[in-house]
Amino acid sequence: MKLQKWVLPALMAVATSTFSAQVLASDTLLEWLISFNHVDGVRPVENKVYRTECASCHLAYQPGLLPAKSWEKLLTPAGLHNHFGEVADLDPETLQEILVYATKNSADNSWYKRSRSITASAKGSETAIRITDVPYIKRKHHEIPNIMIKDNKQVLSLSRCDACHTKAEQGDYDADTVRIPNYPNY
Amino acid sequence: MVNVKIKKSSFWIGLCCCIWMATGQTHASDASNAEFAQFSAQGAGNFSAAQGKTNWNTVVVSKEGEKRACVTCHGTDPKKSGQHATTQKTIEPMASSVNPERFTDVKKMEKWFKRNCEWRWFRECTAQEKGDILKYLMNANQETK
Repeated sequence: MKLQKWVLPALMAVATSTFSAQVLASDTLLEWLISFNHVDGVRPVENKVYRTECASCHLAYQPGLLPAKSWEKLLTPAGLHNHFGEVADLDPETLQEILVYATKNSADNSWYKRSRSITASAKGSETAIRITDVPYIKRKHHEIPNIMIKDNKQVLSLSRCDACHTKAEQGDYDADTVRIPNYPNY
Repeated sequence: MVNVKIKKSSFWIGLCCCIWMATGQTHASDASNAEFAQFSAQGAGNFSAAQGKTNWNTVVVSKEGEKRACVTCHGTDPKKSGQHATTQKTIEPMASSVNPERFTDVKKMEKWFKRNCEWRWFRECTAQEKGDILKYLMNANQETK
């Protein structure tokens, strides 16, 4: 009987703190309730054309890593002609398919947990075209020193997710799956 | 009876394999032949592997002082894989003896010629330049053997 006295409040405290954290990640209580069956990470890439075209040069970043607005800005003929300094022209049909797939599965159209966090953080800020400029992504990495990313010969840039996130390809960006090259104990 | 059945099925499997290999091979040269024909139609000809090799290795300096060549990403040996200069992603070898997927799709070849010529030379390549490079890469199978 004595045990119950503190067990109940303790359980309630734990429940409230975890629940409120999740509620904060959603915009409204209703949204959080709907997304109760949320899935961790971001939705893996399922479109073959998207995967083939994007992955010929880099990790096929999941559409759920950027809001639709960002994809619309990035995936235009002019945008791809100067794609972060690279020429990545696509024929109109392919570009259209990729754009439709990206916007349909964008962060703001996804119920996956990280996509929701990305959407929440991007609201009100400028439309980022770099995933590394999304406030949530920035916040999650800002404590990692340069020596482990930029100055790490096996990483070189924050944009190379899969250099450390061993399951990035599957849309799993969980901390447990991170392995920073040359810094195994971080 | 069982024996006959196995023989029959293995015959068909064998035949299918032969057809598959044969079509696969003709497909590869079909694509490059189509490319050469297209370059010739544009006034180019006498494609030279030696000139192609020179093109492949020529370094062009950008306005910002960045040195760019085909070999920057593809590496100097077409039989070995290369690495994308920015993303560090591995680029499969260009020689079709090592990478049979190469030169099997005209559309893909044109796409990459356009993209990579513009990145490297800041303009599209001429039909002659492309033909020479293609000849060089296709000859790379025999080279150094």
